[in-house]
Amino acid sequence: MKLLFKLTGAFTTLLSSKSVLAEYTLNMTKGVTDISNDIWSLHMMVFWVCVAIGVVVFGAMFYSIIAHRKSKGAKAAHFHESTTVEFLWTGIPILILIAMAIPASKTLIDIEVLDKADMTIKVTGMQWKWQYDYPEEGISFVSNLAQSSRDVIKGTPEEREAVHQEGGYLLSVDKHLVVPVDTTIRFLITSNDVIHNWWVPAFGLKQDANPGFINDAWAKPNEIGTYRGQCAELCGKDHGFMPIVVDVVSKADYAVWVQAQQEEKVAEMESATQIWTEEDLVARGEVVYNANCSGCHQKDGKGIPGVFPAMVGSEVTNGPADYQLNLVINGMGGMPAFKMLSDSDLASVITYERRSFGNNGSVVQPSDVTSAR
Amino acid sequence: MSSTTTAAYDDHGHGPEKGLLRWVKTTNHKDIGTLYMWFAFSMLLIGGALAMGIRAELLQPGLQLFEPQFYNQLTTMHGLIMVFGAIMPAFVGLANWLIPMMVGAPDMALPRMNNWSFWILPFAGAILLSTFFMEGGAPAFGWTFYAPLSTTFAPDSTDFFIFAIHLLGFSSIMGAINIIATVLNMKAPEMRLMDMPLFVWTWLITSFLLIGAMPVLAGAVTMMLTDRNFGTAFFDATGGGDPVMFQHIFWFFGHPEVYIMILPAFGIISHIIPTFARKPLFGYSSMVYATASIAFLSYIVWAHHMFLTGMPVAGELYFMYATMLIAVPTGVKVFNWVATMWRGSMTFETPMLWSLAFVFLFTIGGFSGLMLGIAPADIQYHDTYFVVAHFHYVLVTGALWGIIAAVFYWLPKWTGRMYNEPLAKFHFWWSLISVNVTFFPQHFLGLAGMPRRIPDYALQFADFNFVSSIGAFSFGLSFLLFTYIVVDCIRNGKPADARPWASAKGLEWTLATPLAYHTFDVPPTRAEILAESQHS
Repeated sequence: MKLLFKLTGAFTTLLSSKSVLAEYTLNMTKGVTDISNDIWSLHMMVFWVCVAIGVVVFGAMFYSIIAHRKSKGAKAAHFHESTTVEFLWTGIPILILIAMAIPASKTLIDIEVLDKADMTIKVTGMQWKWQYDYPEEGISFVSNLAQSSRDVIKGTPEEREAVHQEGGYLLSVDKHLVVPVDTTIRFLITSNDVIHNWWVPAFGLKQDANPGFINDAWAKPNEIGTYRGQCAELCGKDHGFMPIVVDVVSKADYAVWVQAQQEEKVAEMESATQIWTEEDLVARGEVVYNANCSGCHQKDGKGIPGVFPAMVGSEVTNGPADYQLNLVINGMGGMPAFKMLSDSDLASVITYERRSFGNNGSVVQPSDVTSAR
Repeated sequence: MSSTTTAAYDDHGHGPEKGLLRWVKTTNHKDIGTLYMWFAFSMLLIGGALAMGIRAELLQPGLQLFEPQFYNQLTTMHGLIMVFGAIMPAFVGLANWLIPMMVGAPDMALPRMNNWSFWILPFAGAILLSTFFMEGGAPAFGWTFYAPLSTTFAPDSTDFFIFAIHLLGFSSIMGAINIIATVLNMKAPEMRLMDMPLFVWTWLITSFLLIGAMPVLAGAVTMMLTDRNFGTAFFDATGGGDPVMFQHIFWFFGHPEVYIMILPAFGIISHIIPTFARKPLFGYSSMVYATASIAFLSYIVWAHHMFLTGMPVAGELYFMYATMLIAVPTGVKVFNWVATMWRGSMTFETPMLWSLAFVFLFTIGGFSGLMLGIAPADIQYHDTYFVVAHFHYVLVTGALWGIIAAVFYWLPKWTGRMYNEPLAKFHFWWSLISVNVTFFPQHFLGLAGMPRRIPDYALQFADFNFVSSIGAFSFGLSFLLFTYIVVDCIRNGKPADARPWASAKGLEWTLATPLAYHTFDVPPTRAEILAESQHS
């Protein structure tokens, strides 16, 4: 009965609510690259071919079901073989398939063959975030699921709706990938741990990130906007929580963004030479911890027994700092390396782990990280 | 063919042993068939219960019931249990029950091994299920268990999973050997290969697929085992291995595997449609050739599951073309079924309803399969709910539909009793509607961009997930009615005729009902075989 109420409720919602009804789609949507539009056309072409075949085959079947039934007095014929017919319905499908294979092959070759790219971005998947490197511009950052989404996963529907309106529940990140419009971008895609898959539907780009190997793919977005995607290969616990957000901006805006990133990097390196107070380290460490560590070790530091070790009362967080520094920077076993984080971030997060959760380890300064690297 | 002449065959001294030990010690193909069927059915209910958990979590956005790690355990175990515990054993059970009776043989060729192939299964199943209670939980890396998620990053219980897969593989291989030996050596001396009913043909071909594919799976899990415990690096790039190689090995098993789960269903449907269309099967020999072609092609298309792993373009083109080619023999089968119905004199008893739904819904799954085979389009479909919809259309409304059709078709022969027809028809319509409410919206979800194997989703996916979950709960519930119908048939059903479907052909219908414990002590004659053959 409760279920029935819910069902009726859902249908009323379907009929009345604009925000939800306006959004769901039945079909694939066109993208913002030529390739994604080629894929869309191919998809529609194959779909309509299937519909046409379906109409013929199911038409014959349902005609037969309606007309050739015993209750209508149908007498069974006895034919049961015809080589001609068998040849026909082997041959005609082959011709249809060849007609489909020609445009499919053309698109496939367009996707796979790229002569010259204007710029390169390296994408590294790791449990459960993406790292983006711009080797020529010297920019590097990690992109995590936005805290606003993370906070409401177990929240109320209203809270999720609010996050959804702001940009997308589970489809928002703390740092967007930024790329210029009308530029051919080569993506070098790899992984630090398990297999991930970097998928931006609007680019028609989906490529496995294999640990130890580099795949390449490319896109040339031709419309300014924000595009969202998700990891598309099961990569463990938080596979559902590592979205991708790409801002395609004008070339001028891109130049401004690059300069800002580079200045930020200088400031960051500057801050690493200072002596920080414990409060500052812990405050910043909490943010870094929640974004990078809480996925496994949990927000409360209790970990998951048998899979992810606890922070609380651990020998690592209460023991010598050198061991923990090495562990976090270089990784060990299932624990990934976090050397892509800045010295200040690493010092903060290690201090947070050593001074919170009831732990009593020593404070770690950015300079300790610098010398430990 | 009357029961009086065949009664002579059945006049044979001993019946089954008394008590529970009968089932432990039995070497009788009928008993073992029954064991397989009940085992498969219990696994279907367990796997189904896991699916209910999955759909309950996906009913609404947000995490309500399970942690993500446990959700991954649910999807992984649901897949493994349904594939290895429910569908495959159910088909072996049908083979045990039917093949000896269809080829006029007294039993399977290797009856003691038959006992062993079955009795491995409950232990393998128990080991697999026990991983839920281990520290770190059950395997959570998907039923495809891609390395290195299943090696370096997997819970300790993975070694138990590997052992269970090995056992299930032994069982399947022994079952396949037994079927090949039975069909080729035990069929009535007067029966030629092209006289064999299609269920026998499809199972013979399936057995060769099993023998080719299962050892490859055993190899894959053995390499996992040594990677995990003995310092090898087959799938670990840091030791010179390659995680993509795992996928090549897995899918070299995995693609034949999907045909292992559908070819016997093709055979079943090829029995039921002619019976209720009152017309011989159209294109018997082309059906045999099409089955063999599908089996051959199934070995050379595996990497269409791997279009996004970074294959060279030449490889992608080859696997795309080879995959598209499968549509041809599969199409031939569908066309032949429709031609069998054409100008027949059809009635719509329960087995026929399931078979017609099979033809319709399996073809829809075939269409989405063709779409997935187009490599560039697969970029957008890959690992989304479109794939989930596709393989549930071919495995639920394909393989499982075939099994249920077979159960209703042969139940009167197995039990000697008739099931409740109006109730069974009601159950059919209930299942048909709810299965489509469950899986059809998943096409839309996939095309809209919802990845598979995620415990929570963005809000634009909420509506269809809700609909899909409601459909799934209803579909799950329908199995309680199915259980009732079968149990009611066994206990209270009215006695069935030896040939309950007037126009059914096949040697199994020549046997007296209720069936004797041992049948066909004397092989059928050429005349009897021809009178019951599918192409006369």
